[in-house]
Amino acid sequence: MLKTETYTLNMGPQHPSTHGVLQVVLELDGEQVVEAIPHMGYLHRGIEKLAESRTYVQFIPYTDRLDYVSSMGNNLGYCQTVEKLMGIEIPERAEYLRIIMVELNRIASHLIFMGSLAIDLGASTGMMFGFRDRERILDLFDMACGARMTYSYIRFGGVSADLPPEFIPALQCFLADFPAMLEENHGLLTGNEILYNRLKNNAIISGEKAMKFGLTGPSLRASGIDYDLRKVEPYGIYDRFDFSVPLGQTGDSWDRYLVRMEEMRQSASIIAQAVEQLPEGPVMAKVPKVLKPPVGDVYHSIENPRGELGYYIVSDGSPKPYRIHVRRPSFINLQALNETCQGLLIADVVAVLATLDSLMGEVDC
Amino acid sequence: MSNNNELLAEIQAQYSRETQIIGEDKQQFLLVEPEYLLKILGILKNYEAYQFDMLRNLTAVDYLEYMEMVYHLYSLPLRHSITIKARCAAENSQMPSVTSIWPSANFQEREVYDLLGITFTGHPDLRRILMPAEFTEHPLRKSFKAGAGQLPGGGGNHSC
Repeated sequence: MLKTETYTLNMGPQHPSTHGVLQVVLELDGEQVVEAIPHMGYLHRGIEKLAESRTYVQFIPYTDRLDYVSSMGNNLGYCQTVEKLMGIEIPERAEYLRIIMVELNRIASHLIFMGSLAIDLGASTGMMFGFRDRERILDLFDMACGARMTYSYIRFGGVSADLPPEFIPALQCFLADFPAMLEENHGLLTGNEILYNRLKNNAIISGEKAMKFGLTGPSLRASGIDYDLRKVEPYGIYDRFDFSVPLGQTGDSWDRYLVRMEEMRQSASIIAQAVEQLPEGPVMAKVPKVLKPPVGDVYHSIENPRGELGYYIVSDGSPKPYRIHVRRPSFINLQALNETCQGLLIADVVAVLATLDSLMGEVDC
Repeated sequence: MSNNNELLAEIQAQYSRETQIIGEDKQQFLLVEPEYLLKILGILKNYEAYQFDMLRNLTAVDYLEYMEMVYHLYSLPLRHSITIKARCAAENSQMPSVTSIWPSANFQEREVYDLLGITFTGHPDLRRILMPAEFTEHPLRKSFKAGAGQLPGGGGNHSC
């Protein structure tokens, strides 16, 4: 009998498919994973601590830098939390603009998911397609707020500026093109036998396990659990739109991929409805220059592309928050990594990381 | 999203020795004595009338005189939510770990331990999660002032 032993391999923090600076310490038995322990903190900026010495308004740009590929959602979650604390009502038009931006951002974020999953598995054309299509959305954001990333577009009481006249025609042009874009991506990736074989029945997370890991977002819904905050606790005006929440059956990597692909189609439908209903009017409520929310604390969460993004804010009545805690879905979703990877081959760890879709800016905060 | 005040009153009436209701009408919370925390949270998760199967959020706040744990619970089958709080001393802070009830608390409790210095008894793997292992302080404490030289290799030279 040959004597064998396991060995340790460092994956990251400098590794292209950890999507940032995640270090995974792999304990390997040959090519099989015995344990995959994530080590984070390489991007920890202490945003929660910084918040305590900033005013409420000054904290908005920091939220952009959490999950930096879906900054609109981060802005929205934070602004709605403070608005809830202060009881600010926002104008109708602003509500619709927020929905349009957040759903556009969801599509952009899922396109990145698609592209990075493709390149992690060796299909570099998939990444080109994903980033090419996302560019159209970034152009729209650039038109609306002058930034392609880190938007700070959603503010307390509404949004920072009304749309320029060329925005709606450009958006409608994008919406008209989008089904064909998605079809092309489906043709390239969903119909690809290699991708199918890599993902199907790979890294199965049952519904029960998904709850145990605290998963939220598409990764939870891929395991068949129907928890989408836009439906279960509609924030803003989500109760006015007709859309469905795609669910997976088995909870394997393939389901996590398909759920996100379908979510993009649903988001496009929400945007189309919002454009149709978009009313005229102001985009900003009257909000005092210096915000002093009443003493108290509040928790509010929204459905971000990566899961439940929650803000817990404690106010002591001063212009600066006493404490802000951000419940970051990417951080909590990483709990699934170790158990899910056990027994898989080393090449599949990349697929698990990609389909859990954790983003380090949000993990480390 | 709002706290269900009737539900809170019902739970409080049943466990009046272990719990009390704090806060004003619009923002009410259930404050649980730390020694009964696991018992009450276990009941909230397992009893048919409550079924809080999701721990959405777990964090802590440093109020100088005491540390306050905050648990935001949600029930998928019954679609209701509740906020539980528990307090412990600011020095040598200790809390029972809720990982035995919701395993998903693992990373969040490690984060609270790392940044706020609350030790969770019964946690399976209580290590720092964001700060380096050799770091000795807890940055989210109000007494912590950020500055130069606190990290190996220097760190920033401006106070936050």
